[in-house]
Amino acid sequence: MLFRIYRFDPETEQASSMQEFELPMQRGMMLRDALLLIQEQDESLAFRHSCGEGVCGSDGVNVNGSNTLACITRVADLKEPIEVRPLPGRPVIRDLVVDMSQFYRQYERVDPWLKPSEPLPEKEILQSPAENEKLEGLYECIMCGCCSTACPSFWWNPDKFLGPQALLTACRFLADSRDGDKQARLEYLDDAYKLFRCHTIMSCVEACPKNLNPTKAIGQIKSLMLKDQS
Amino acid sequence: MKTVQFDALIIGAGGAGMNAALQLADAQLQVAVVSKVFPTRSHTVAAQGGVNAALGNVMADKWHWHMFDTVKGSDYLGDQDAIEHMCREAIPTVYELEHNGVPFSRLDNGKIYQRPFGGQSQEFGGKQAARTCAAADRTGHAILHSLYQQNIRAKTHFFDEYFAVDLIRDEEGFILGVLALEIATGEPILIESKATLIATGGGGQVYRTTSNAHINTGDGMAMALRAGIPLQDMEFFQFHPTGIAGKGMLITEGVRGEGGYLINSEGERFMERYASMAKDLASRDVVSRAIVTEINEGRGCGPNKDHVLLKVDHLGEEVVAKRLPSIRESSRIFAGIDPVEEPIPVFPTAHYMMGGIPTDRFARVVMPLGEEQDEQNAVIPGLYAAGECACASVHGANRLGGNSLLDILVFGRLAGKDIIDYVKNNPEHRPLNQASVDRALYRLNRWELPPEGEALSVNELRCELQKLMEDHAGVFRSEEVMQKGVLKLQALRKKLAQVRLQHRGKVFNTARIEALELENLFDIGMAIAVAAANRKESRGAHARPDYPKRDDQNWMKHSLYFQQGDRLSYKAVRSTPLSVESFPPKERIY
Ligand SMILES: Cc1cc2nc3c(=O)[nH]c(=O)nc-3n(C[C@H](O)[C@H](O)[C@H](O)COP(=O)(O)OP(=O)(O)OC[C@H]3O[C@@H](n4cnc5c(N)ncnc54)[C@H](O)[C@@H]3O)c2cc1C
Ligand code: SF4
Ligand code: SF4
Ligand code: FES
Repeated sequence: MLFRIYRFDPETEQASSMQEFELPMQRGMMLRDALLLIQEQDESLAFRHSCGEGVCGSDGVNVNGSNTLACITRVADLKEPIEVRPLPGRPVIRDLVVDMSQFYRQYERVDPWLKPSEPLPEKEILQSPAENEKLEGLYECIMCGCCSTACPSFWWNPDKFLGPQALLTACRFLADSRDGDKQARLEYLDDAYKLFRCHTIMSCVEACPKNLNPTKAIGQIKSLMLKDQS
Repeated sequence: MKTVQFDALIIGAGGAGMNAALQLADAQLQVAVVSKVFPTRSHTVAAQGGVNAALGNVMADKWHWHMFDTVKGSDYLGDQDAIEHMCREAIPTVYELEHNGVPFSRLDNGKIYQRPFGGQSQEFGGKQAARTCAAADRTGHAILHSLYQQNIRAKTHFFDEYFAVDLIRDEEGFILGVLALEIATGEPILIESKATLIATGGGGQVYRTTSNAHINTGDGMAMALRAGIPLQDMEFFQFHPTGIAGKGMLITEGVRGEGGYLINSEGERFMERYASMAKDLASRDVVSRAIVTEINEGRGCGPNKDHVLLKVDHLGEEVVAKRLPSIRESSRIFAGIDPVEEPIPVFPTAHYMMGGIPTDRFARVVMPLGEEQDEQNAVIPGLYAAGECACASVHGANRLGGNSLLDILVFGRLAGKDIIDYVKNNPEHRPLNQASVDRALYRLNRWELPPEGEALSVNELRCELQKLMEDHAGVFRSEEVMQKGVLKLQALRKKLAQVRLQHRGKVFNTARIEALELENLFDIGMAIAVAAANRKESRGAHARPDYPKRDDQNWMKHSLYFQQGDRLSYKAVRSTPLSVESFPPKERIY
């Protein structure tokens, strides 16, 4: 199998390059396994990874033009040569490692925590299974950034447009029957940039390795706003 | 070198670290959390099944029953004061988590959903209980993200992607902070603190096949060792019965809690023979040994007869989709099967360290200053440990499923609360100890040496170490195998000096991080091997064919491993609970 890997070391290089590696095909090999084998040949290759099972969200990369998690991407399903690049639109720190701080800042801006109404009960705040189900498809996000770094609106306005991940999170709290701050959340989002830069291009949905649907969540927020105004 | 000062320093941003940080930040302390990965990448995120608390939402339950199960599960090596404390604190801890936003699954009456897990009973060993609070099979993810979110609200100061190298301590043994490495720039930084909490998680990477993440390299435990602090009960390493065969990823015990069961090559539900009452929900050590025994006796499945099968298809698609969605996804991706149609091939996988940095029930680090009972647990002022890296000891020789998330949350929270008091009473930073800083820097700078002659690579040595541990400190352990293991490990450790980095750049050099982690793996591997070779009995996860019985007369005691001279000492188990009567040791039957 032929791999072409994006390389850049700011300490020694002016510009990035693509480096080729050959690996024998192994049954059941994931892209993360392949990158680890390449690292055995060349320990200077830098990429983030940890859990190896698609839950920690560390190893978002761009493979043959699509964003995905290396650890749950089967090499056998990829076309050769397999081109691996860092997530697009973010400053590269080295090789496949990008600076995600802007992405995290946008997450923080939506007040991503539950604000339950006071006073709190002594035990759990009750929630019906049906209400709980409304969180499905929203709370599972692992913050890998595959969606936001695939979103053209986020590329152009990463500081103003919140991006699909942060908006999905905003929706997760709007959808939670226990949250007591919906009004203020909606008012905050009602802004030409924060939310309305989304042009429903759906690149985020395609990119999400956890099969979540940020576009739908954004639609949900919009309709909540409409309801709120009427 | 850049130096910063904080009231409190927390090393580790998993469930333990972040629950502690939350208490401290909410009390308006200046708190720094150092993590080698972005907080939500910590391995707590991977916990699936749930967290135990006797809420009694599904059926009657009491913390006292939970306590009994935990003591029994520990094979009577757990400290009963700490266990009582944990089981009582479990209830307010889970409610607090819920208030903090954790999206727990729900029962029809709106309460938190609870599922049965192994080793749980009502009425002190009676019928199966349902005590594990779950958010589908993503409980760890739900908890870790909620805690991170609350820490954003509380304005905790995070040092993301900083690698803690070594603790800084003065001559009197006080811990003054930590030397860390900013991974993105390769620059060292000194973080001084009035109180320090080690919450660095486990070290499953010391074994070849493990459910643990790449980052679980036991760093905090190794740092403690190097600071002269012993590690307790390191011989007890839990092998989870159901890892995906050949890969190690975990299939939660919740699968069996929901009604899944194990079969051998003859299609027999073999756990009925090993644990007639609890069957597939017997304690983990029991099930892991049963699987290995089945395979050793030729009843393994597959062409190589090297695994058994976990049957789930009879539960129906609806239950699997609702309660075990991630398990279905993992099975499809990593085993290439849909559990709704086919059974999952499984084999025991290295999962959890019962041992760790010795603490009392307030998460304060203790070490012996003498042989007398009250000198055995002398508190090191201002130093705390919580989570998988700590040993309170609530799990003793074997941890029950759902008790680790509980442990990290309860003791993280308690550590936070205790640190608040400590900092109030000790408002000044102690003077820095330069010699200690220099030692830490030396350890870091050693990796700048260029390769010479026959240089070894980090990867080569790590693979050798992992294989060695698997062969010599696995599910079954005999005298000869373990003694050989210790000797081989001592020889292999010497080779560390020959390891060199090819790439010595500063910017995001993962090779350098892995080199530092390798040293840590050696430190804890040695602790495991030495402690295991010396315990001449079978108890919990430590199973010896040559000493098949538990020996309370001689061995109902905790081991303490000191790095200097690979020395062991022992201390008494604390069998007296806080308010109830002690559970005396009994034979453990499930
Ligand atoms: C697959 C899996 C499933 C599990 N399921 C369950 C379950 O259902 N129920 C249950 O009770 N238990 C479960 N467990 C066990 C439980 O999840 C863990 O024991 C627990 O989450 C550990 O939490 P922690 O806070 O101690 O450490 P972790 O979550 O591992 O966090 C460790 C932190 O320390 C940091 N760190 C480590 N070393 C350094 C260093 N040198 N410098 C800086 N930072 C460092 C890391 O970055 C990380 O932030 C499971 C474990 C696994 C592996
Ligand atoms: S649908 Fe919206 S958020 Fe998603 S990629 Fe398109 S513009 Fe971005
Ligand atoms: S929505 Fe999906 S792609 Fe985006 S950060 Fe979350 S898990 Fe990743
Ligand atoms: S390594 Fe954790 S998501 Fe891929």
